[in-house]
Amino acid sequence: MIGQKKLWVKILIVVILILGAIWAGFPVVWMISNSFKTNAEIFELPPRLITENFSFTAYAKIFQNPEQVRFFINSYIISGIVVILTLFIGIMAAYAFSRFEFKGKSVINTVIVAVQAVPPITLLIPYLSLIVSLKLFNTFGALVLTYLVFTLPYCILMVTGYLNTMPKDLDEAVMIDGGSRWTALWKILIPSAIPGLISVGMYTFMQAWNEYLFALTLTKTNDMRTVPVGINLLMGQHAYEWNQMMAMSVLGSLPILVLFLFFQKYFIAGMTAGAVK
Amino acid sequence: MNSKLKKTLTPYGYLLPTLILMTILLVIPIIMVIRYSLYDNVIANKNPAFVGLANYVTVLSDHDFWNAIGHTLFFVIISIIAHMLIGMTFALILNTRYLGARTKGIFRAVYALPWMFTASVIAITWRMVLDPNGVLNYILMTLHITSEKITFLASRDIALQSVTLINIWSGYPFYMISILAGLQGISPDLYEAAALDGADAIHSFTGVTIPQLKPILISLIMLDFVWTLQQFALIWMTTGGGPVNATETVSTWIYKQGFTKFQYSMASTGAVILLIVCTIIGILYVRQQRAEA
Repeated sequence: MIGQKKLWVKILIVVILILGAIWAGFPVVWMISNSFKTNAEIFELPPRLITENFSFTAYAKIFQNPEQVRFFINSYIISGIVVILTLFIGIMAAYAFSRFEFKGKSVINTVIVAVQAVPPITLLIPYLSLIVSLKLFNTFGALVLTYLVFTLPYCILMVTGYLNTMPKDLDEAVMIDGGSRWTALWKILIPSAIPGLISVGMYTFMQAWNEYLFALTLTKTNDMRTVPVGINLLMGQHAYEWNQMMAMSVLGSLPILVLFLFFQKYFIAGMTAGAVK
Repeated sequence: MNSKLKKTLTPYGYLLPTLILMTILLVIPIIMVIRYSLYDNVIANKNPAFVGLANYVTVLSDHDFWNAIGHTLFFVIISIIAHMLIGMTFALILNTRYLGARTKGIFRAVYALPWMFTASVIAITWRMVLDPNGVLNYILMTLHITSEKITFLASRDIALQSVTLINIWSGYPFYMISILAGLQGISPDLYEAAALDGADAIHSFTGVTIPQLKPILISLIMLDFVWTLQQFALIWMTTGGGPVNATETVSTWIYKQGFTKFQYSMASTGAVILLIVCTIIGILYVRQQRAEA
């Protein structure tokens, strides 16, 4: 009886496993598969995963189009700068929260936690006039600055947590040896927080890489567009070049997939830290 | 004296870049958007008139806005329920002792896949899958589930459900991974104790698993509520709020008021209403986090 029940449970698990894999994986498989097809084969009946015309043509076309390559360069530059600035500014702020008591500490801390609930679309209209009056419209600066508002809180909260686990004696030892707080932070504390910083950096990169709303409204010309906006532009321009849109989607997802593959542990630690304590 | 002053100022020095940035790009814009919502026809008009709460009266008596709220609530509530169910099912399966570590690792990566894609990639891929001539229609017709092609995203009757389905796909992995982390943190002793008391699988799930996961589940629901409430990119790139407002949500309503109708005051008013709702949930979230700590 018990043996039978176990068998039944095992069958149920296998069935859910397979159905789950189809649900999660099929759209992705279909995207990749279509990026290797000719455009005519994408909606052919019956649909096939691999066709006799399997080729990298769609990818080649993207690499040969400077406008589309530009979307990728822009995205890498912006995301890279955002990660560096977020970590630099965030670490400094976290150090203040972790090592000092000062007036306004709890107010500033509450504001930083609360930012995570502010919908970007709320700030969009004031940003438009603000960015225009700062003469930053249609520049990388517009995107980098506005992204920082949404990447910094997570970084500050996480790094404060890491620093809190490190004894204050470490800083004092450096200062007794004649070093400053600044050297204590960057030479002693930060090097031992590297695994945590990788998680934070990856999460930040993903936020910047995926951002769509500000990239859509605060830039205007195609040479300033990022990948998420660029993919959608392709939809408007070449409504029927599905294979190219799929190839661009694959290329646009590659950085995140690669990060996930190589740093799965850090990735998951970073992404779940908000909900799991 | 001088060194004391320096000591007092040091923390502010470390905070300075953050404070400047947050003042210019958070505090001032929030004041600006509230101000805009109290004026008539801002930005387009050089000398807008102060109208008090008149814009709020207009927005809150706008039929389209309430429609958008209705769609948003459907979108958010169905997404959260489905995220929870799918995330919980996958997490429980990935946590059973029936599977080897390798199998678990592979399936965890497969199930986490939707997490890796940005909204525009998700939108374009699903538009292709859900196309009237697309692969899903082919499968449904081959299996005789439907006899005619379904226009998932272009039909007023099911566009909202289709967009919600896409959002369910893109959002459950966060639940799965978080719940999985939570499950792995539950002490096996609790299950042994429950088993000694004669609890079967269902009772140990309701008696041990759910109470132990409760703080995580509450956090997840609140975070997801705020995120889904403001979801813009996915809806914008699949249906653009259409057909004929069928998938209009609060965020696409705000965007259209501002960027296609140039009614910045109306857009700001909608934005402030959204901000108030998100802030309330945000405060509850912070309280809940503090209560746990």
